[in-house]
Amino acid sequence: MTEKMTEKYAIDLLAEMFRRMNLVREFELRAIAERRGGLIPGFIHSCVGQEATAVGACLALQPGDAITSTHRGHGHLIGKGGDPKYMMAELAARSPGYCLGRGGSLHISDYDLGILGANGIVAGGIPIAVGAALSFAMRKQPNIALAFFGDGATNEGAFHEAANQAGVWKLPVIFFCENNLYGEGTPQHKQAAVKDLAVRASSYGFEGVIVDGNDILAVYDATLAAAERARSGGGPTMIEAKTYRQRGHYEGDPQVYRTPEEIEAWKGKDPIPSFRRRLVETGVFTDADLEEMEGSVFKQLDEAVAFAAAAPRPEPGDALAGVYADVHDGLVF
Amino acid sequence: MRELSFSEAIREAMAEEMRRDPTVFLMGEDVGVFNGVWGVSQGMYDEFGGERVRDTPISEISIIGNALGAAMTGMRPVAEIMFSDFLMCAGDQIANQVAKARFMSGGKANVPLTIRVTTGAPGSAGAQHSQSSESWFLNIPGVKIVVPSTPADAKGLLKTALRGEDPVLFFEHKMLYASKGPVPEDPDFMVPFGKAAVVREGKDVTIIALSIMLPKALEAAEELAKEGIQAEVIDPRTLVPFDKDTLIQSVAKTGRVVIAHEAHKRGGPGSEIAAVLAEEAVEYLDGPILRVAAKNVPLPYSPDLENYVLPGKQDILAAVRSFKIHSK
Repeated sequence: MTEKMTEKYAIDLLAEMFRRMNLVREFELRAIAERRGGLIPGFIHSCVGQEATAVGACLALQPGDAITSTHRGHGHLIGKGGDPKYMMAELAARSPGYCLGRGGSLHISDYDLGILGANGIVAGGIPIAVGAALSFAMRKQPNIALAFFGDGATNEGAFHEAANQAGVWKLPVIFFCENNLYGEGTPQHKQAAVKDLAVRASSYGFEGVIVDGNDILAVYDATLAAAERARSGGGPTMIEAKTYRQRGHYEGDPQVYRTPEEIEAWKGKDPIPSFRRRLVETGVFTDADLEEMEGSVFKQLDEAVAFAAAAPRPEPGDALAGVYADVHDGLVF
Repeated sequence: MRELSFSEAIREAMAEEMRRDPTVFLMGEDVGVFNGVWGVSQGMYDEFGGERVRDTPISEISIIGNALGAAMTGMRPVAEIMFSDFLMCAGDQIANQVAKARFMSGGKANVPLTIRVTTGAPGSAGAQHSQSSESWFLNIPGVKIVVPSTPADAKGLLKTALRGEDPVLFFEHKMLYASKGPVPEDPDFMVPFGKAAVVREGKDVTIIALSIMLPKALEAAEELAKEGIQAEVIDPRTLVPFDKDTLIQSVAKTGRVVIAHEAHKRGGPGSEIAAVLAEEAVEYLDGPILRVAAKNVPLPYSPDLENYVLPGKQDILAAVRSFKIHSK
């Protein structure tokens, strides 16, 4: 079994899966605590419980590939290589943050890493990802784009227009749906008449596949297959990863729309401890190896929070800069 | 100088930039094989092929969103929206994505994206194909708004848009497409944003005219001259950035101002221009700031109704005459 696992996946990749999922989880828990503590002024939509989709999908991509993210985007950003230090500084509304304190949790981007932005509008990033795929295709650049979105986004027109366009042009793009069963506070069955959202891909001439979104290896495999298809001219794929949002839509959500029993049952399928068990049981890593990784993640987040707390705030007048590329008296008055 | 029509000037700007820069491309509904429903992209599909003159589905969200994603990753797209009325279909992409990408990213997103749209009433096109929607976007920081009136300006302003790094909404009035005028042949001819054109000089009244209202204002100025009234006619050319200095200088000279546009009067570009003049030039004014604009009703189909609703030369004349410039 050990041999089988390490035959298929490089040991460094398995370590990175574990490390990055823990980094996402710990980032979320720290951000929630720091919001309560007053360091973070804005709202937070945490992705606790959805670490396997974010990290598994991003690790199947190449550095030059592009992603678009969502309001629940911290996992995607860390998955694609975003630095928790600058993310935490952005959440804390500080000048060294990713967006100089202008964006906040909903708008973090890193163009050098191919992160074309989290997004405050449900489905807003999907047509942008298709545009990045168009750009790669037109320049014969061997890169692809991946749009993350939730189950709720598949009821938005933007999803359907973008999917149709990508299908017509056979663009190198992956439509990655993290189905966490709830669109904000309303369950999926009240929002869509189909049980599996992946079937929607068939309307647009490409395949929709379903994976267990709490199994990082399944997510990775599906994304890698879709990426290979896209890179070799096979066009788009939709992946529906079934997962669960362990916390509310936003921090402070009273969650009247679901039962504590349901939440507890899903915590039993938490993607991080199950992957940890697998790594130990198959002998890929010892418990001590993994503890060391967990410790380094803790330390990294300690540093990120300390960096954010010590970072300078923007000057109020900084708000007037950076709306346009050039400066003209007639632009901002 | 050779003469071109307004639509030929726009086509020449696009084609020259596409020859010069392989990252420039055109996408939109029927822009390719069909040559554009207004014929603006005539011949471009034949010259550049379907890769760079891309016909799209009737999907405005997708057109704008795709163009944005392409712009963010190194291309310089021209997205054509067939009627400015349809910009609302892509409202989120324009208002929340395109306009805000640079700012929200701390200045790191580059968005060299030009959105070309037809605007204004072509006659009996009804309420959903006739609007002048430029002022809808005045309240959205992050986009530049260009409203050309002459073939030369159309070419020069479009070149500035295509070589710039910011998103531009470029409003082409349908009734200007066939109008002709001299256009420089210099492939680097560009008209800067934020610089109004004083199209006709005068000392008695300032007429600020946008888009299709410019030729009407010039006709009105001719008639007024016969009455001994010297009207100064100014075309702002761009609403964002906005050249208030040229307007204030003119008003300082004339003391009277009429603002003419085809958009609806309430909340139209004239509301903003009047507010700026009231804030910064009130000491020069010898009378009220008057607006000549479409009445605040949807544009009707019947020519009898539509002509009543739309502003024209007579409305400009009536506004200027109301100042009773020579009866004082």
